[in-house]
Amino acid sequence: MILALVILPLVAGLAAFGLARSALRRGVLIGTAVAHAALTAACWASPPAPALAGWLALDAAGLLFLSITSGLFLVVSFYVVGYLGQEANRRATDPEEGFLFDNAPEAVFIGCLLLFLSAMTLVTVSQHFGLLWVAIEATTLASAPLIYFHRHHRSLEATWKYLLICSVGIALALLANFFLNVAAAPADSGGSSMVLSHLVASAPSLQTPWLKAACLLFFVGYGTKMGLAPLHTWLPDAHSEAPSAISALLSGAVLNCAFLGLVRMQQVCVAAGLGDFGRDVWLALGVVSLVVGAIFILGQTDYKRLLAYSSVENMGILAIGVGLGGAGAFGAMLHAVNHSLAKAMLFLLSGNILTRYRSKNISQVRGLLAVAPATGVLWMVGFLAITGTPPFGLFLSKFTILKAAFDGGHVWLAAFFLAFLAIIFIGMTTAFLGMAQGEPPKQTRRDRDLWWQLLPPAVLGLLVLWLGLAVPARLSGVLHQIASTLGGTQ
Amino acid sequence: MLTVNLILVLVVLTNLKLLGSSRLGASIRVVAAQGVVLGLLPILAHLHELSLRFALLAAGTIAIKGVVFPWLLFRAVREAEVTRQIEPYVGYVASLIAGVLALGVSFWMCTRLPLPEGIASPWLVPVSFFSIFAGLFLIVSRKRAVSQVLGFLVLENGIYTFGVGVTARTPLLVEAGVLLDVFVAVFVMGITIFHINREFDHIESDRLSTLKD
Amino acid sequence: MRAASFIPLLLALVLSPLLPGIINRVKALFAGRCGPPLLQTYFDLWKLLQKGAVYSRTTTWVFRAGPLVGLAAVLVAAALMPLGNFPALLAFPADFLLFAGLLALTRFFTVLAALDTGSSFEGMGASREVFFSALAEPALLVALATLVRQAGQLSLSSMFGNGFAGQWLEYGPVFGLVVVALMIVLLAENARIPVDDPNTHLELTMIHEVMMLDHSGPDFAFILYGGALKLWLFSALIVGTVLPVTGHAWLNLLLATGGMSVVAVAVGVIESIMARLRLVVVPQLLVGAGALAAMAFLLALTLK
Repeated sequence: MILALVILPLVAGLAAFGLARSALRRGVLIGTAVAHAALTAACWASPPAPALAGWLALDAAGLLFLSITSGLFLVVSFYVVGYLGQEANRRATDPEEGFLFDNAPEAVFIGCLLLFLSAMTLVTVSQHFGLLWVAIEATTLASAPLIYFHRHHRSLEATWKYLLICSVGIALALLANFFLNVAAAPADSGGSSMVLSHLVASAPSLQTPWLKAACLLFFVGYGTKMGLAPLHTWLPDAHSEAPSAISALLSGAVLNCAFLGLVRMQQVCVAAGLGDFGRDVWLALGVVSLVVGAIFILGQTDYKRLLAYSSVENMGILAIGVGLGGAGAFGAMLHAVNHSLAKAMLFLLSGNILTRYRSKNISQVRGLLAVAPATGVLWMVGFLAITGTPPFGLFLSKFTILKAAFDGGHVWLAAFFLAFLAIIFIGMTTAFLGMAQGEPPKQTRRDRDLWWQLLPPAVLGLLVLWLGLAVPARLSGVLHQIASTLGGTQ
Repeated sequence: MLTVNLILVLVVLTNLKLLGSSRLGASIRVVAAQGVVLGLLPILAHLHELSLRFALLAAGTIAIKGVVFPWLLFRAVREAEVTRQIEPYVGYVASLIAGVLALGVSFWMCTRLPLPEGIASPWLVPVSFFSIFAGLFLIVSRKRAVSQVLGFLVLENGIYTFGVGVTARTPLLVEAGVLLDVFVAVFVMGITIFHINREFDHIESDRLSTLKD
Repeated sequence: MRAASFIPLLLALVLSPLLPGIINRVKALFAGRCGPPLLQTYFDLWKLLQKGAVYSRTTTWVFRAGPLVGLAAVLVAAALMPLGNFPALLAFPADFLLFAGLLALTRFFTVLAALDTGSSFEGMGASREVFFSALAEPALLVALATLVRQAGQLSLSSMFGNGFAGQWLEYGPVFGLVVVALMIVLLAENARIPVDDPNTHLELTMIHEVMMLDHSGPDFAFILYGGALKLWLFSALIVGTVLPVTGHAWLNLLLATGGMSVVAVAVGVIESIMARLRLVVVPQLLVGAGALAAMAFLLALTLK
């Protein structure tokens, strides 16, 4: 079954390159998304057997992130189908600078999208560090053409930065893999294994200097892909220039995949007794990301970049959670789920706003509630969700992390955390409220939003609300399982 | 061991040449030569456990790095009609000196890490670190997009040197996956450079600065 | 001081003017000409010594002292350099530093004499010469340091006395790099292509030649002879690194002298096949030589 999860989107993607009729292509997209989600649901019901001699297996962390990815892709694919119906193969005028530009061929877009899904699935099911690395690199390469959907110089610049920075980061992660291999070398006489379970089992005998070096390099490498500051520089550009559905997937799924890679490394470190060392680095990077996110959210003029920096900030929160360990790690995992849903919702809505107002500038978007009430309401709901207002899920996860900080005696950290969350709240409030209220500009379209523009974000918002009210027992069990492998005080 | 040492010295020399060279065509050829020389490393580093897998890996590496990459990059350069480097952020003399410093730092770092046993030459790990530093330096200090791709290739070469020379037991799948990833990465970068040139009429990535806060 | 230690100095004094002759002959052969006789430099020296000198009214005693001090310094440096496995006349620990210092002294006084004339051409050549030498000096010192480390001896005589041939097999790349670095330093310090063209008559392109323009008669002879000696000394460094030292003393001497001519031929070949580098590129070449020497040093450090 695991192999089916990976191979199905791969085959569908390759097929989509060749299909001629756009209706067929979009049908393949939706069909694959539905099938993939169904398989994932089946995995919750009955855990699948490992494949490829233990290289592919679905453990707790993998199942969680696979579900996020699959569910998000399903919802977004509906948005994409509608979006392509509107945008594909059409010459458009750039809202900011007014030149004409083309879009990429739809076949390329859908094909790469499905390959992207396949690569992300491979990340979640991979138990072998080497295979994990290959999969993460594959997500970078599959998503680059997606960012370059609108063919103009800004998106090209964003694509080039994304490609170069992420490739360098991932190359360093490859070096970290080799370091890990060297660290594990004396343990196994028959050849060192890079499979997670073997590494965890033989962890106490790993050579410490190499393991520490590997740990640091993994942070640099996968941290770049995850968007931890100061390695996040590709993030705002890529998110602001990519089509909104792609930004949603980037923020909601790809950052999580890189996070999963780091989580795996932390699992090995904890088993080897280097848990405290790892947690210090997590905390440091988390705090820096939080600060950087806050600084750039205040006074931000572009609402898509605003959402991108909010992703950086939330990745920082994830890092802080894992750095605290125990209950903090539980909160971090819950936060990963909530953030993906809320951020994807916001990005999809930003797509609606962009289509309607033809501007990415916050000051030029006014009166959203007046011209498009449904989008406006959902936009405000998303704002409340992402800033951590109860009863939405992010409140619960941030609160758990905060509580873990206090319980662990990190009072200064908790105070710092609260202060910066408050700063971010203020920054986002001014932006969002300003966009929702007021008088809309004269030339704004006043037609109704279409179903595909409203239904996916609404579904995501409902999910975030549900998770805020009651975390299902199955999910809670999985989160606890993951947290226990990440060490720290309970 | 002497041949392995010779290869490593050649790698360092090629890196120094790249740091100090201003000609794009020569740089591409030097990187190709470095790739070919490194392709021979798996065979020489594991002479005692020679197998078909190492031979295939070597052949694949030489084919891709020695033939395909230069062809891709020369195409990109020809499209963009540039031959000479524009003045980089860090001058060539300073780059050379920085390279020597990086070499010293690499050697120093390796005294801090316990060397894995069974390694083919004590110079292997420092030279791989040096290649990584040199590659990163090239990416950061050069303004042309093609030069940044060359820096990325040098970075990958350094990591590859470390991997092949030190880790004898990584399965073939992963090594092939690594090679494939580098290939596809460079391929995609080449295409992007082509687009950059078509779009901007230049391939100077330091002029790609419209997106900022 | 045994009698045998006079031999390297004697050979240097007698044979060094042969080296420029060999170089010029090789260049002529490459150009398809017959070229000047091998002993031409001797004839030139003889001719110059019999002439009178002309001194410009703007010059002071510095101008007259320059060639004299320069030659004296090079003569002392020649006394430090061994040949084959014959020790040098003067040998003490760390004498290689004195060696480098004496060569620098020569250059310093040549530059002073050039500046003393007050001509702008000389000043330009002097500044270029000093700049390039400043870049070449680290290469020379680091290369010597590598050799010192490999030999484990602090004196030139004991370093070259045992020869490095036995270590070439294991440390081949290290010595290869040292030889290349020393060769580049030789080309730079002796004003050869690709750093400087000794046959140019355009003052704007001159580096070393322009500083000798105003000297005449015996002064010029001293400068020519000092230049030949300097070439001999640098070649001796390279020959000492490369050649093995056998048990027979006279065989070693023969081999060493033969090696000197080989180096001279190599210089001639390099001069014939290469063009002179642009002035802005020369620093890159010299720093490259320094980088090679540093690389050799680092490699030697880790292999020990």
